Amino acid sequence: MSAGAPHEDDEAGAARRRAQEERLRRVWDNPKGWRYWTAVNNTEVGLWYTAMAFAFMLFAGVLALMMRVQLAVPDNDFLSADLFNQAFTLHGTVMMFLFAVPVFEAVAITILPQMLGARDLPFPRLSAFGFWCFVIGGVFVCGSIFFGAAPDTGWFMYPPLSTDHEYAGIGADIWLLGLSFIEVASIAAAVELIVGVLKCRPPGMRINLTPLYGWYVLVVAGMILFAFPPLIAGDILFELERMFDWPFFDPARGGDPILWQHLFWIFGHPEVYIIFLPAIALLAMIVPTFAQRPIIGYSWIVLAAVGTGFLSFGLWVHHMFTTGLPSISLGFFSAASEAVAIPTGVQIFVFLATLLAGRVVSSVPMLFAGGALAIFVIGGLTGVMVALAPFDWQAHDTYFVVAHLHYTLIGGMLFPTFAGLYYFYPMIGGRMLSERLGRIGFWLMFVGFNVAFFPMHLSGLRGMPRRVFTYPEELGLTVLNMVSTVGAFVFAAGVLVIVWAVVRPKGGEPYARRNPWNAGTLEWLIEMPGENWGVRSVPIIESRYPLWEQENLMRDVDAGLYYLPDAEEGRRETLVTSVLDGKPIQCLRVPGPAYVTIVAAAALGSVFIFMTYKWWLAALAGGIVATAAILYWLWTGTAEIPEKPEKDIGRGVSLPLYVSGPRSVGWWAMFITMVGDGTALASLLFGYFFYWTVHPDFTDAAAGPGTAWPSAAVALTAAAWAAMLAARALNRRGRAGTMRLALLAAMALAVLGAAAGLAGPWTHGMQPTTHTYPAIVWTLVIWIAVHGAVGVVMQAYCVARSLAGRLTREHDIDLENVVLYWHFMLVSAVLTFATVGFFPLAT
Amino acid sequence: MRLVPKEIESLWTLFTGPVVWAAHFLVCYVGGAVYCARREWLGFGFEWVRIGVGAATAVALALIVAAAWLSWRQWGFGTEDPPHDAATAHDRRSFQGFATLLLSGLSFVAVVYTALPVLMIAECNP
Repeated sequence: MSAGAPHEDDEAGAARRRAQEERLRRVWDNPKGWRYWTAVNNTEVGLWYTAMAFAFMLFAGVLALMMRVQLAVPDNDFLSADLFNQAFTLHGTVMMFLFAVPVFEAVAITILPQMLGARDLPFPRLSAFGFWCFVIGGVFVCGSIFFGAAPDTGWFMYPPLSTDHEYAGIGADIWLLGLSFIEVASIAAAVELIVGVLKCRPPGMRINLTPLYGWYVLVVAGMILFAFPPLIAGDILFELERMFDWPFFDPARGGDPILWQHLFWIFGHPEVYIIFLPAIALLAMIVPTFAQRPIIGYSWIVLAAVGTGFLSFGLWVHHMFTTGLPSISLGFFSAASEAVAIPTGVQIFVFLATLLAGRVVSSVPMLFAGGALAIFVIGGLTGVMVALAPFDWQAHDTYFVVAHLHYTLIGGMLFPTFAGLYYFYPMIGGRMLSERLGRIGFWLMFVGFNVAFFPMHLSGLRGMPRRVFTYPEELGLTVLNMVSTVGAFVFAAGVLVIVWAVVRPKGGEPYARRNPWNAGTLEWLIEMPGENWGVRSVPIIESRYPLWEQENLMRDVDAGLYYLPDAEEGRRETLVTSVLDGKPIQCLRVPGPAYVTIVAAAALGSVFIFMTYKWWLAALAGGIVATAAILYWLWTGTAEIPEKPEKDIGRGVSLPLYVSGPRSVGWWAMFITMVGDGTALASLLFGYFFYWTVHPDFTDAAAGPGTAWPSAAVALTAAAWAAMLAARALNRRGRAGTMRLALLAAMALAVLGAAAGLAGPWTHGMQPTTHTYPAIVWTLVIWIAVHGAVGVVMQAYCVARSLAGRLTREHDIDLENVVLYWHFMLVSAVLTFATVGFFPLAT
Repeated sequence: MRLVPKEIESLWTLFTGPVVWAAHFLVCYVGGAVYCARREWLGFGFEWVRIGVGAATAVALALIVAAAWLSWRQWGFGTEDPPHDAATAHDRRSFQGFATLLLSGLSFVAVVYTALPVLMIAECNP
């Protein structure tokens, strides 16, 4: 459609548009010189993030080649057993935690705003903070191998091997703390992306018009919220055992290594789909473009994304089929493992149907997409095989599983990601990548991959176990292994060709034409080369493929005929819309470049790194700096009171600049964060009940925390929560003085509540090193006490904001968000204290 | 009082079927695992696990059928075919209804899958 406004072709109009562009360009410009690294714009952060993730992939790929050299011939001594252990552990760890998951976040941060016609995501500094956390943690984990200190007990770190200080040195701590730190970045990205998809779509883009990539991002970010916290909880227990000898996984003192396997795989299996779905999402954008028609079965893709997201949480025990769990448990998980094949298959059929109905244009992205489907289908079929418990008992821990997982991950993730790289490169680089190099690279990768990994099915079935650094000639595996090694190098050569296509100098080549693939979705509005502002004006969307179906859309967007064509006040702005119908509800001002995100990430990183070496005082100092940096960041960069209540965003629409409560993006971010936080607590509580199931008397006849102190803790926390509600009610009536008193009362009650919680195990002399029962009780009450302390800091922050005039009756974002935190705090305290205080009585 | 609830304008309804599947799955798995770990203490036979899973399955399937009916209604009982890609509140609702209906179907099948093991497994082992 046409934007309706008359086209101003006269000189005055042109001059006005140029002035608008100049203002927009200045507002969205990147800092110059070394300050460039303080940029927070999604295009910059996304680019760094993607490049860094690929660098880690190449590093892990070199480790894989070293392993293949070692295994090429029997009784080889290219790598020592010890270095081989470090190599396979880091290879798996880096590929999963430093490439596959981060590259999803990186790509999503880069392309999602453009796909939604948004100027940026709602929390650009949070994205930058996540990126810096990722870099610091990643370099720390990878660097360890150069000091012979890398983790060496496998990427899933099973105790008792990994808890034994004799076999697992500091590498295990580096793994636990380095990766816990990186998980912070993942959860930050999840918050950013969920709010981005739900609240930052362009006007008119109802939920049924959302690009399929958005649906996948929404599902995957939601999965991160439920999958990563169990691992964080597991990491906490693990590190408490390694550092302080709390015996969570030590059977001699009531522990059980199986608990780690549960917590790890409750994370680990959904993670496979967290990796797979965003890559398939790229195909869901690429396939319609090259079929030159809308996708057939949009709703079916939504079914597949949501269905896979849920079912993938019912699969984790299929990694534990050989641990001696009851067969009824194996049956349930085997059933779910078969069921997940249904939605996974649906997506593939949707792609095939779309391709059959369209006129397919041959191209490098389509080659990679085709290769992806072929490889992934084989991995999916062997997946159906190993989902059957009796077959898995035979294949478990052999190279058959190595082959299976590489077919799924490389077919399901790597090839689609390379397709996406070729497809989206012009958006970022302004130029096309070489077609010839792409074809050469693809065929080397495709052939090399199959030559490397197909024989592993056979070597596995013939009895070659995973993670052995060598094998004797008599086993008859020599030829298969040599073929695998040759294939691995061919594959690596293909990857290098693609890397060369990306990094080779292209300065002399012309820019790509606009929308070079003739795609239908909004991200291709971008100019070649792109401007930092993303879209010139934020369009009204009426179609799933607006560039195909909305006439003159590009012209009208460029002419600034839609929303936010200007930056009169010199501020970065984007639109917030409603979840279902995409109605504009706020003009959101987003922050610009900042050092504080780097300082906060570095300080927080130092906490984790110093703890690895048990430098407690340094870690404490780092923690104080990190807290101060985050508070400064919040104080200066969030909940800013605008100079006017509303802003005209163009076309006669005026929107508020400040909204609070459930309509604000900050409230959603708090809600989402607390859902993840609640999942971590649920995982710890799962541990508590798990111990109850494995022992006839899980308390080992030791004293518990009693009922009096836990009851008092619940009562005091509830009183603190009630005082928060009172503070909010008082603020709504404009009684600032009384509101501050209520906040102070809430702080006092919160402190007393946390103290009462700790008093339970303290007064009963519970010794956490003697048995898992006191250890898990202490862990739970400390968890609540730490959350109480964070809640107190938030309350103090609200008092300070009120005194500074930054929290008022009309401007109450901070208070609304802190009240929301306290809702979760109350639920957490009730669940925890009811469990530790009263559950022992019931048994 | 109305017997059938009014249509709800929310994204959350989309997830009804899968949430029922997840709850059913958890009840079955936790029930079976706790029984097998603490069977002496609990003091009843495995047949009660099978009966329990059967009862939970009946409840779950009933809930999914109810959700499916509501989504079928939201879809307009199939009077219009997909793709529901117009920029109208009507198409947005139809899309929601159709997608919810599809997810209900998947959840129904997945719940049946989950229940199948108790037809064949009659003891904890080990």
